[in-house]
Amino acid sequence: MSDIAQSVNLGDVHDHHAHDHAHEEPNFWSKYIFTTDHKMISKQFLVTAIFMGVVGMMLSVFFRLQLAWPGQGFSVLEFFLGKKWAPDGVLDANMYMSLVTIHGTIMVFFVLTGGLSGTFSNLLIPLQIGARDMASGFLNMLSYWFFAVSSLIMFSSLFIESGAASVGWTIYPPLSALPEAMPGAGLGMSLWLLSMVLFVVGSLLGSINYIVTILNLRTKGMSMTRLPLTIWAFLTTAIVGLLSFPVLFAGVLLLIMDRSFGTSFYLSDIFISGQAMEQTGGSPILFQHLFWFLGHPEVYIIILPVFGITSEVLSTMSRKPIFGYRAMIGSLLSIGFLSFLVWGHHMFVTGMNPFLGSVFVFTTLIIAIPSAVKSFNYLTTLWGGNITFSPAMLFAVGLISTFVTGGVTGIILADSALDINVHDTYFVVAHFHIVMGASAILGMFCGIYHWFPRMFGRMMNNKLGYAHFWLTFIAVYGVFFPMHFIGLGGVPRRYYSNEAFPLFDNLQHINITVSVFAIIGALAQGLFLFNFFYSMYRGKKSPQNPWNSNTLEWDAPVEHLHGNWPGELPTVHRWPYDYSKPGKDQDFVPQTVPLSPGETEH
Amino acid sequence: MITLLTLIAIILGIIAIANLIKVYELSAALKEQEEVYTPVSDSESNFNARLMLPVLVALMVFCFYWYFAYKSDMLPEAASSHGAEIDTLFNFNMIVITIVFVVINVLLFYFAHKYHRNKNRKAVYYAHNNKLEMIWTIVPASFLAVVIIYGLAVWNNITKPTDRKKAVVMEIFAEQFKWTARYAGTDNVLGKSNYKLTADMNPLAIDATDKNAWDDKIVNGEFHIPVNKTVQMDFRAKDVIHSAYLPHFRVQMNCVPGMKTEFHFTPTITTAEMRKKTNNPDFDYLLLCNKICGTTHWNMQMKVIVDTEEDYNKWLAEQKTFKEKSMANLNTEVSNLAAN
Repeated sequence: MSDIAQSVNLGDVHDHHAHDHAHEEPNFWSKYIFTTDHKMISKQFLVTAIFMGVVGMMLSVFFRLQLAWPGQGFSVLEFFLGKKWAPDGVLDANMYMSLVTIHGTIMVFFVLTGGLSGTFSNLLIPLQIGARDMASGFLNMLSYWFFAVSSLIMFSSLFIESGAASVGWTIYPPLSALPEAMPGAGLGMSLWLLSMVLFVVGSLLGSINYIVTILNLRTKGMSMTRLPLTIWAFLTTAIVGLLSFPVLFAGVLLLIMDRSFGTSFYLSDIFISGQAMEQTGGSPILFQHLFWFLGHPEVYIIILPVFGITSEVLSTMSRKPIFGYRAMIGSLLSIGFLSFLVWGHHMFVTGMNPFLGSVFVFTTLIIAIPSAVKSFNYLTTLWGGNITFSPAMLFAVGLISTFVTGGVTGIILADSALDINVHDTYFVVAHFHIVMGASAILGMFCGIYHWFPRMFGRMMNNKLGYAHFWLTFIAVYGVFFPMHFIGLGGVPRRYYSNEAFPLFDNLQHINITVSVFAIIGALAQGLFLFNFFYSMYRGKKSPQNPWNSNTLEWDAPVEHLHGNWPGELPTVHRWPYDYSKPGKDQDFVPQTVPLSPGETEH
Repeated sequence: MITLLTLIAIILGIIAIANLIKVYELSAALKEQEEVYTPVSDSESNFNARLMLPVLVALMVFCFYWYFAYKSDMLPEAASSHGAEIDTLFNFNMIVITIVFVVINVLLFYFAHKYHRNKNRKAVYYAHNNKLEMIWTIVPASFLAVVIIYGLAVWNNITKPTDRKKAVVMEIFAEQFKWTARYAGTDNVLGKSNYKLTADMNPLAIDATDKNAWDDKIVNGEFHIPVNKTVQMDFRAKDVIHSAYLPHFRVQMNCVPGMKTEFHFTPTITTAEMRKKTNNPDFDYLLLCNKICGTTHWNMQMKVIVDTEEDYNKWLAEQKTFKEKSMANLNTEVSNLAAN
């Protein structure tokens, strides 16, 4: 099957070449804006994600200022938010809610879903499986443009008069369904919903493309069990996304109906602004089921790609095969599968049947097994290695640390009895930030540093990379480790201020610690931004295969050309992890090298 | 303006650092004149490898500092019988996860340090070992089995329905941004309600035609519960989802419009006793909102007093019933009308 697809694909590209030469050189618009080249689309995703990431991070610094020093004026707040939302530099309570909502939305969806998968799936899938491009370049372009427009709408919603959506990123109705419930449930909420609908469309187009490309366009010899783990991770992610995002889409559509067309899917028996609403019979809990049916797989959509990235970087930089290749694939697939069976653990205290709760406790805790397998396999990959600490490798090590540190508190949250008291407190906030927020961000940086030479043909500066890593790593622990203890002190999340509760006074200095580290962490990202954009133009020219890697993307020429390989596509003869194989002169054997006589494949 | 200048200063600072690094790099390259290009020099890689162990130690010190130094600022001991069970379960889980946290982080940073690159050494070609992989599938699985079984036993215990006849039946009513409590009165049955009846005089939308409602008692500001008696709480919400969170009792349940939710628990420590235990004469149990519900979500609270049974009965006797209150309201209205 792949052979046929390959020849079709080849012919296709030759036509394109002929076409290009005959008519026009790609101009600015067709090269950078409306491009169908997966490498350029990947850069578009990356730059958009970096922009959204900076926005999301700044929002978090703004509300961290308020949380550490409530009621104090900060000129920086007045500068960015204006007199209406920060009179005398004191953050307004409604704006606080908008900031946390949009911070969450941007980080979860725009940076770590769209940005992360969009960047690396696009860059690596065709290059690592040896394809000319994605199965459909046009759909790929559409996928980016849906993402870009939805990003733009989300970003612009911060500037409207009634304020951006402020009902929390989980947008539970009735709060999100009733514009009269709070200012941020009005126009801001409508824009949020619109943006999300477009986002889901873009994400689905991307997922379909990734799946089809991986299944059909693998080059000769690239069997499924010779795929790098990155590709396995992107494949699982895309399948999970394809199956879960439509459910969010449905949930959001029903919410739009409830908001604007008088239906009562989620509304029942509500009395608000002095009036009894007509709607009866709906259930707000239904929305939560629909939302978390996406929402939980979503965290795996975020973390699986960075598992793939880390596996690849760990193996390359340790000069060792990844330990337990098949077990790694197995755990990716089982995490992907189990992610659909656990959504109820977000709803232990919604009043759902306690027996159903027990089932979700069971399924959720089972996920710890494949996660543990992955962690131990990572450790064994490091063991006996010959490790070079590139910035990417540091980020990979950092990711394993934060993933484990954040992951273990999941065992507490998955236990319904324990969840009663920590549900919706800062304990949860600390848990998910460290296990999927920080880990995924570290993984994303890992990928950027590692494949930057592949993207731009230049190297990033190592020293800035090291400084960036260590400051970020320290900040991650400094922010999120103490935060657990605020939660154990009983502080609910999404509180504008804890001053109304003398009970929390003793915890205030933890909040200050957290905010100080948050500011350090935010400033450290300046090092990355500088390094990224500076190296893009002025970095050292990279050699063909800077990390002495086995995978196919380093076999394609650094110069950008549509179709990736100038001549025939490479043929694959072995798995991608033949590092330090006994009996070889070099400590790496690229996938294109045929097996020598008598050599067995791993 | 100051902000703008600060921003510019930060940006310039970053540029300056970057340029210094660039200069350093160029001069280093001139000195070394390496023949084979390596993207990461030995000194760079060594530097990071040497950092691994100090970072590990610092990380452990930092994390354990929070474990121990802030024990006293966490919630005091559970003030309910099931809360004590939850705390024991929590401590058990905490020990398990702390072991995992320490072991994995120690191995990770130690391996990263120990197996740092060395030109004279080749990495071990070690692709898989089924036995090892079996071990670290089965060992975590058996630990999890214990965690799951223990956790579910506690959960079943907590959520087992209680005998409403023997319990203190009451209702917690949530609205933006306040709580109201209603006691079931002498018949121990809460009267029916219908949201369409909501009015200034009847904020809880109680159906006055239901006789069970007549002896119900509605209280604002604070509510009392007796120690060592099971309290059956029903929850109702008027407008959006709220969550009734009583952290000292390890109790939390969402209040959902259009739906009745419930929770029951037995307080074990009176407010007076807890004040002594915490050495804080101002200590009070609280009910707070723990589900985002609007602008003033952060200040939606009600005081909870745990009394001895006599004190509780005395306090409750002082509260007016729904019927008494409604009649009084009606009387004022009639006399107002008459005056006009």
